[in-house]
Amino acid sequence: MSVLVLAESPNGQFKKAAYEAVHYGAKTAASLGGECVAVVIGPADNPADLGKYGASKVVHLADYTGGIDASSYTSIIGQVAAQVGAKVVVVNHSSTGKSIAGRVAVKMDAGVVSQVNSVPTQEDGGIVVTKPVFSGKAFAKCKVAGDKCVLSLMGNALPITEIGSACPVEAGSVDVPASSVTIKERKTVDGEVPLPEAELVVSAGRGMKGPENWGIIDDLAKTIGATTACSRPVADTGWRPHHEHVGQTGVAIRPNLYIAAGISGAIQHLAGVNSSKCIVVINKDPEAPFFKAADYGVCADLFDVVPRLTEAFKKMKAQ
Amino acid sequence: MSAIHYNIKQRQVTHMKLLVCITKTPETTAKIAFTDGDSKFDESGVQFIMNPYDEWYALVRALELKEQHGGTVTAINVGPAANDVVIRKALAIGADDAVRINAEALSAGQVAANIAAHAKDKGYDVIFTGKESIDYNGSEVGGMIAEHLNLPYVSYASHMDHDGTTATVNRDIEGGVEVVDVTGAFVLSASKGLAEQRIPNMRGIMMAKRKPMAVEEPAVTESKVSVVSYTLPEAKGGVKMIDPENMDELVRLLHEEAKVI
Ligand SMILES: Cc1cc2nc3c(=O)[nH]c(=O)nc-3n(C[C@H](O)[C@H](O)[C@H](O)COP(=O)(O)OP(=O)(O)OC[C@H]3O[C@@H](n4cnc5c(N)ncnc54)[C@H](O)[C@@H]3O)c2cc1C
Ligand SMILES: Nc1ncnc2c1ncn2[C@@H]1O[C@H](COP(=O)(O)O)[C@@H](O)[C@H]1O
Repeated sequence: MSVLVLAESPNGQFKKAAYEAVHYGAKTAASLGGECVAVVIGPADNPADLGKYGASKVVHLADYTGGIDASSYTSIIGQVAAQVGAKVVVVNHSSTGKSIAGRVAVKMDAGVVSQVNSVPTQEDGGIVVTKPVFSGKAFAKCKVAGDKCVLSLMGNALPITEIGSACPVEAGSVDVPASSVTIKERKTVDGEVPLPEAELVVSAGRGMKGPENWGIIDDLAKTIGATTACSRPVADTGWRPHHEHVGQTGVAIRPNLYIAAGISGAIQHLAGVNSSKCIVVINKDPEAPFFKAADYGVCADLFDVVPRLTEAFKKMKAQ
Repeated sequence: MSAIHYNIKQRQVTHMKLLVCITKTPETTAKIAFTDGDSKFDESGVQFIMNPYDEWYALVRALELKEQHGGTVTAINVGPAANDVVIRKALAIGADDAVRINAEALSAGQVAANIAAHAKDKGYDVIFTGKESIDYNGSEVGGMIAEHLNLPYVSYASHMDHDGTTATVNRDIEGGVEVVDVTGAFVLSASKGLAEQRIPNMRGIMMAKRKPMAVEEPAVTESKVSVVSYTLPEAKGGVKMIDPENMDELVRLLHEEAKVI
């Protein structure tokens, strides 16, 4: 038995998410028995490095350069899983991982649990694992009957550590049927950590008054290397791009630090951010509901506080 | 599974057969609590709504396609008779007819298998789902239907144009969008932006009462995945208020106490 992990390498590079998935796969293999095999689809720098996070072997399919769609991914993963004898498949809960987890499960006749945040254990006749439900307002312990399952791993769910050394890389061989989906282009913001992977997030809401005022938020984010986010009305009115919208109907995130300025903390906003490890709320209204969900609060005008917080971070960095 | 094309006075008219998967979820501000030894969601006093992604984006975009190309929009739900209210709402917003698969929804796998069993010989051009159900947050059903039917799956669509044969779709991906073309039948999951929410009017509500709603028996009643128990997150320790004049103190606490920077 082995655990097969899809290690994504967007633009030929592994990001933290890939190491997280492999590390989680290794822990899953240790818990359920077997070894952790990583599959890499498309170009990637240093696939052997995945061994450091617990992969015993990497199957590399380097030829898929143009970007592939969900059915092609599924076909590839299904074939590699069969080749390496994997009964458990792990993907990230990313736009790619989410699109294929269910498909792969149907292909393997396995159960699927998405957005898992614990290492699975074997319990009488099944595999047990937890995941957040109700937009992070609760957790469910799920049981998959039998010994086959597909898991998509929630971002920042467990710390990653290097536990091994470089591992062997094999060139894989699969047969992928033609797809009726053509990927025409990918437009992504370069140089910024995408929100679902970000450890530090600076977010702002309607309290900003208008898009022209975002300079202070960008400055704060740049100072600490954070990704920027926003509340839904801010994205809806076009002050900020849609991919920055966090909450129940936007992106759900789980950074180490979430700084929210001028956001009231409506329940639908909290749904997407309440699993953050530490929440700082800056709001001039002492009654703002967000303070109840915060670890640290600053009750003051954000236009005054945010620049001074930026300065304080700069001072700390300089020391 | 392809559309029927014919020409009337130079103008291509396409008849599209569209299926929209709708599910019922607790209203977004509902109190989340559990009963039966924390193994069941406590429904007492909870108001249910149509999953926002299904109602606001998937259903409305399907209706727009029908208005543009001609055709039919069918709403489908896997659930008990209590779900009929939500299905009627889909009819009131504009779906032509509806199907309810008469089974408790046990898991994404069992739901998808039943929807696929219904759809396999119907020739739908596009099968719509929401990007996720806001209770279970699985994001699983759409891809599973696609795999059962051997169709392409285009997830997290925030924009779609369809000329009757080929669709061009913008997909939300980390930090941006991916633009894809897909030819022939496919399954699509809808995210925000795909359409503008429509509120049912009086006429729609009246008409919905007379629209056909079929009840089919489930093809699959077993589930591979089940919930053993639920837990609530640990309560926060309470907020520590920081003097607005002392941002150095906040930075120090983030560094030394919270250890997040
Ligand atoms: C089904 C549904 C789904 C939803 N999904 C989401 C979602 O995913 N994400 C989301 O964010 N929202 C969502 N919403 C909307 C949500 O209910 C709130 O309306 C929204 O989050 C409010 O955004 P906001 O906090 O930016 O604005 P507001 O509620 O207007 O709050 C602005 C805050 O800024 C403060 N402020 C103003 N000026 C200053 C200043 N100078 N200094 C400091 N503070 C200041 C005010 O005190 C206030 O608290 C959803 C709603 C529904 C019904
Ligand atoms: N019981 C159900 N009946 C019909 N469609 C459903 C059901 N459950 C989920 N769906 C569809 O699948 C989408 C994704 O759900 P999920 O995989 O649970 O996040 C929803 O937005 C619906 O479109």
